[in-house]
Parts: sequence; structure tokens; C-alpha cells
Amino acid sequence: MPAPIRLRELIRTIRTARTQAEEREMIQKECAAIRSSFREEDNTYRCRNVAKLLYMHMLGYPAHFGQLECLKLIASQKFTDKRIGYLGAMLLLDERQDVHLLMTNCIKNDLNHSTQYVQAWLSAPWAAWAHQRCAETWLGGGGETAENLKLLPEKKGSSVCRPRDQEGARVDGDVPPSHQKPAQREETTVNCLELQWKEILGLNKGRSGSVLHTSVVLLMLSHFRKLVPQLVRILKNLIMSGYSPEHDVSGISDPFLQVRILRLLRILGRSDDDSSEAMNDILAQVATNTETSKNVGNAILYETVLTIMDIKSESGLRVLAINILGRFLLNNDKNIRYVALTSLLKTVQTDHNAVQRHRSTIVDCLKDLDVSIKRRAMELSFALVNGNNIRGMMKELLYFLDSCDPDFKADCASGVFHAAEKYAPSKRWHIDTIMRVLTTAGSYVRDDSVPNLIQLITNSVEMHAYTVQRLYKALLDDISQQPLVQVSSWCIGEYGDLLVSGQCEEEEPIQVTEDEVLDVLEGLLVSNMSSPVTRGYSLTAIMKLSTRFSSINRIKKYDHMRPALLERMPIMEKTATNGPTEIVQTNGEAEPSSLESKTLPPVTQPTSQANDLLDLLGGNDVVPVIQTAPPHKACLCWRRTAGPTGRSLSIRWADPCSSPARVHPHSPAFLLDGPPLTAPLQ
Amino acid sequence: MQFMLLFSRQGKLRLQKWYVPLSDKEKKKVTRELVQTVLARKPKMCSFLEWRDLKVIYKRYASLYFCCAIEAQENELITLEIIHRYVELLDKYFGSQVCELDIIFNFEKAYFILDEFLLGGEAQETSKKNVLKAIEQADLLQEPRHEYFNVPVY
Repeated sequence: MPAPIRLRELIRTIRTARTQAEEREMIQKECAAIRSSFREEDNTYRCRNVAKLLYMHMLGYPAHFGQLECLKLIASQKFTDKRIGYLGAMLLLDERQDVHLLMTNCIKNDLNHSTQYVQAWLSAPWAAWAHQRCAETWLGGGGETAENLKLLPEKKGSSVCRPRDQEGARVDGDVPPSHQKPAQREETTVNCLELQWKEILGLNKGRSGSVLHTSVVLLMLSHFRKLVPQLVRILKNLIMSGYSPEHDVSGISDPFLQVRILRLLRILGRSDDDSSEAMNDILAQVATNTETSKNVGNAILYETVLTIMDIKSESGLRVLAINILGRFLLNNDKNIRYVALTSLLKTVQTDHNAVQRHRSTIVDCLKDLDVSIKRRAMELSFALVNGNNIRGMMKELLYFLDSCDPDFKADCASGVFHAAEKYAPSKRWHIDTIMRVLTTAGSYVRDDSVPNLIQLITNSVEMHAYTVQRLYKALLDDISQQPLVQVSSWCIGEYGDLLVSGQCEEEEPIQVTEDEVLDVLEGLLVSNMSSPVTRGYSLTAIMKLSTRFSSINRIKKYDHMRPALLERMPIMEKTATNGPTEIVQTNGEAEPSSLESKTLPPVTQPTSQANDLLDLLGGNDVVPVIQTAPPHKACLCWRRTAGPTGRSLSIRWADPCSSPARVHPHSPAFLLDGPPLTAPLQ
Repeated sequence: MQFMLLFSRQGKLRLQKWYVPLSDKEKKKVTRELVQTVLARKPKMCSFLEWRDLKVIYKRYASLYFCCAIEAQENELITLEIIHRYVELLDKYFGSQVCELDIIFNFEKAYFILDEFLLGGEAQETSKKNVLKAIEQADLLQEPRHEYFNVPVY
């Protein structure tokens, strides 16, 4: 059999494939060759084949048949083989494969290998598997592995012991309780760490940064609070120490280690007063001395701020932290602005006053181009609104609502309503704000806000005339925004008499006649833009006006339809999906025809006969139900809660069968097909 | 760090390093979703995005996107530095002006370098020199297949 092609050749060949199919073909051919090569137990080219397999795996093709081969490679004496073998094992295996169990022996042997680089190498696969349950197997099966770990630091140089310890602690940490022997675990970890510390403290200036680094990573235990002073000293040395080119990033010495130490200090000082006090100075020092011209400096400052926020720091320090965040907000780099806004959001609850000082900068961020920044700024602005700044903030927020993306409008609108409800300085201002939201972002307002708004309006008794007038004017301008239309028609229905009477204290009263009002409401009913819910609202409004308006003649002209509408209901048959659907078909003759003729459906009756209707429907049990959600299934139902015959009289508008063009866009397509209707009734 | 992905502008994966245990299927799903999300971002947008319950940091270097997922309490800005340090290491190793092709044809080397630098998702060696030295030594340990050193090993 000819030598298998080299990895490079394979990669080059696959890259020349022009289509997915071509690539798949090439891969399959190569896989077949590799498989037969594996079967032949070819030692020379095994690592080449596995390397090729790994490439194909990265492209997304199955490579499980190579797992056992990885094991063989690991067991080989050649360094090249081992390297690729371990890489393959890391990429191809997970805890579900039993193959990894077979590797335990290999790893144990390699741990004692003469070359330190082999051992150092093992740290990576060890790390890869440490999280997984195989760690449990290994430790459960052999306390020996843990023993090996313990012994290593004593034997080898620092480049090896650090990964060992890191992974040792991590492995110990991850073993589930059933396999843990807590004392042993503690002991192992503590032993490793103490050995580390001895080395660090013995070393001059702690220059073996990596050892420091790893030890710091390990010290995530609250036991080690007593080490806080030493950590503080190390950090101080790091900042003060001279230039070390290999650890340096843009003039800052070993930022990774600095950030790690700060993170550790954060964990250690979290709910501990003493530790926090010990850290105050160094935190202030780092915060003031770090260069902020590059991202690195800002990264360290950010970590410092997070630490200050989390520990029990003194108030001066906290103010310093928030000022740093405020400075971040003015930075040109949008990443930093984003990070600042996120952190401020987290601290606004606890340090409200300090954050308030940066309010204007935050509000400016609303105008930023980046979407994530805008969202954060919006959330933060809402958090900062209070009784004092409500007017100013609301102006900015409403301006933002005007110009923001549609994704934001719903959240912004609810935020505005919420804030207005809590802090409104006057009722008129409140109503004005609501009007503004409804007119600018009316279609994005949440469904439940309509009833809330209505309730709000009813509560402000003295504003009724003003409200209804403004809503009426808004309605004249634009009837496409459903929530606005719904609220307006409800108000007109309730307070139409105030509208017509021309009394308004807050602003110039307008002259409106009853006919004009009814025209508008009728217009809503027949408009293509109105959803079924909206039509329900306007219908109810018209009905109510029949009691409030004096010119009932207009309404009376539909009297002739009353008998037809209110005649005995036909027998309802229960269908599999829903019963009442049938009603629409059978007694719907009166309605579709009336809709098609574009006249007002006959549902209003004069006040004097309202009682008759109530009697017919069973008296006080009648509850008008106007459904607001989901809008596409709206029907105006007068439903008896209990009555002699137990029937429900259902008057459905916008019967989908007859007027498909008027169905709300959300309704499923099959609704537009002819009968039988299979849509569920709400 | 939970995982690091490298992918091209066309969405082809060049390197994937997972520091959390996930099944193969889940990995594929996560990769696909994340690649789509990151590629959809406009150039002027922020390098951070929130995805599921993780923070995703991404940075584009020439035709390659470097994408890391970190947990909520980790520092995003230092992750950017970690990404940059890795790129610098690759640059030094591949003899300046490293490009995507270098990573495609020498993906195993890219993995080796990453494993020298990051361990279990954390930076384990903060000195550039030491990382490169370690890789160099390891390379020397590799048995040459051919008397001419220019020929690739596999």
C-alpha cells in the first residue's frame, strides 16, 4: 500500500473542492484510506493519519474511528506520536467514551517520564478531562493519581509543577461528593499550595510569574484570607517593579497577573471586613496609578472597580470607583463605554446618588450608534429616574422613543409608563406623556397597557374632558395605531357627552357634533386597519353613546334588524375543536350581509329598552367581555355566567369567512379558507 | 473561559477549544449559532455580546474571527488582551505576518501554542518568551521524518 498522503497535501486538496459534495467525496475517499491503514496497524504513518483525521473532524465530519488510534499513539515512545495522540484525545474524546479509561495507565507512566516537557505537556489533556466525570473514575479508582500529583512539586522544576497543581486542585474540586474524601482533598490542595508559597516567598521579587499566576488561580478558597496581606504586597511589588519585557503589555507589567490578583482579592474580601480594610490602600493605588491610554490599563481599572464594588469598601473608595466608571463613559472606545454602562447598572441600586452625578453622560449615551450601548443606557436611565429629575429625563426618553429601533420601542414604552406612574408630578403631565407615547410608538405598546391606561384615565376625574378631547384629536389624525385607537374609542364612549358639550378647562375646547363623533367611530369599524379588538372597542363605544347622546335617531335607524339579531338561537352543535364556531355559520346570515353592505351592525338600542335586553340575557349575570389578547381571536361576547338555558349569545365581528381582508395579520392562514372553521375560539 | 473558536469570514471553523464538557452534537449546535450571531454583527459594533447566559468576546484579525465565551463575572477587557496575546504568540511563532493560511495548514501547531498559553480556560503563562521557548523545545523533541528539516513532519 502506498504511503498515505501528507497532511498538507490533504488540506490543499480539500481546499480546491468547489462544492460541498465534492469536498464530501474527497473526505470519504481519504477516510476509507485511513481506515484501511488503521486496520493494517501501520505504526509509521499512524500519526500522520490521525492528524488528517483531526483536520477532517474540524471540518465537521465524523471521526470516532480514530479514538483508539489516539490511544495507541499516546502509548508510543515517540514524542511526535504522543503529541498528536494527546491532541487527538482532547479533541475527539469526551466523558462518554470508555476509551479514556484506558488512558489512565499511559498518563500515569508519562507523568513519571524523564523529560519534563512530556510532563508539562500532560497538563493540557489533564485539564481537558478534569471537568468531566472521568476525573471521578481516576481519583476514585486510584488515590495514587492524587498521590502522584502531590509528589511532583517536590521533584520537578517550576515549569512542571504549576500546571500539575492547578489541575490537581481543579480535579479535586470537581470530584462529586461520593468520591471525595474531604480531608484528603483539603490536604492535597493545601500541600500543593503551601509548597507553592514557599517557592514564591523564597524567590526574589516573585519573578516566576507563571508560578505566581497559577498559585493565584488556585487560591479560590476562603481559607486563605490570612494571605491577603501577602497578596497585597505582591500586587504592590508588581506595580512598582521595573520593566520586564516578556511580561509587559503596553507598558504595564504583567496585567494578567494583576487582574488575577484583583479577582482573588475580590473573592477573599467579599463579606469580610478585615480583609477589605487591608485592601483599601492598594486598590486606591491601583485605581489612581494605572495608565489608561490603552485597553490593558482599562482592563485593570475595570477589575479594580469590580473588586471595590464587591468587597466591603469604604464609601470614598466606592465613589472613586463610580467616578472611574463615569470616566469610562467618556472614552472613545465603545467597548469601554459598554462595560461602564453594564457595571453602573449593577451598582445603581446600592450607590444611587453617586451614579446620579453621571446622569447627563448616561443620557448622552442614548444617542450612541451601537445598539447594545443604547439598550444599556436606556435601562440605566430608567433606573435613575426619580421624583426630581422626572421631567427632564422623560423629555430625553421620549425623544429616544421617537428615534430608536423598533426592538426597543416596546421596552421603552413600558419603561416610560412605569416611570410616569411612579413619579408623575401632575395628572395633566401624566396624561400628556401617555398621549405622546401612544402617538409615537402606539403600535409597540404592550397589550396589557391598554386596560392599565384606561384605569388611569378613569382615576383622574377632573381630566376627563381634557383627555377625551386630546384623544379625539389624535384619532382624527391617525387610526393605524391600535392601542391608541382602542383607548380613544373607549374614552369617547365613556365621556362622549363631555366632548360634545364643549367643556374643557385645560385647553381650548373644540366644537364637535354628535354626528361627527359617530362618524369617526363608524369609520373605525369599517377601516381595514382596525383589528377585531379595536372594532369591539368602537362598537361598545357606540353602544354606550346611545345612552349619552341625545340624537338617538341615527342609532334607531337600525331598529329593524333587532328582531333578526335577537331571535332565538339555533341549536348549537358541539364540534371536536370548538362548539361555538358553528354558531357563526348558522346565525351569521344577518351579520355578514350587514357587514358587506357596509352599514353599522345592529347592536345598539335605546336606553329604555336596555333592560329588555338584559332580561333576555338573564339579568345581572351579563358581563361584557372585550378580549384584548390575543387580538386575532377577538370577539365581542356577551356571555351569561349562569342562566336557564345555559346558552351563550355570541356576536362575532370580522367574520373571517366573509371578509378575509380584514382579518388581523396574526391569524393563521387556514382561517382564510372556507368552512368548516377549525380555529379555536378564545 | 468556557470555549474559544476561530472561524473565517465565511463561517468555516479553523480552531475550536472547549474548556467545558459538551457532547459533540451540542458543540456543533453552539458553534453554528455563535458563528451566525457573530458574523451578523456590523463592523462598528461593540466587541461584546450577550449570548445565552454567557458573555461572548470577539475580535476580528484580518480574515479570522477570534471568539471567546466567558462567564458573567469575568472581565471582558482582559479577555480581549488574552486574545491579543494569543495572536502575538502565533505571530512570533510563524515568523511575523501570520495569516489565516498559516493556521489552516498548521492547525496542530496553533493548538499546541494555545495549550501552552491557556490552561483550563485561564492564562497559565504570562511571559511571551517562556511560551515560545517551550514550543520551540517541544518542536525540537519531535523526531524528524526526513533528513531535510523543511519537510513537514506528518
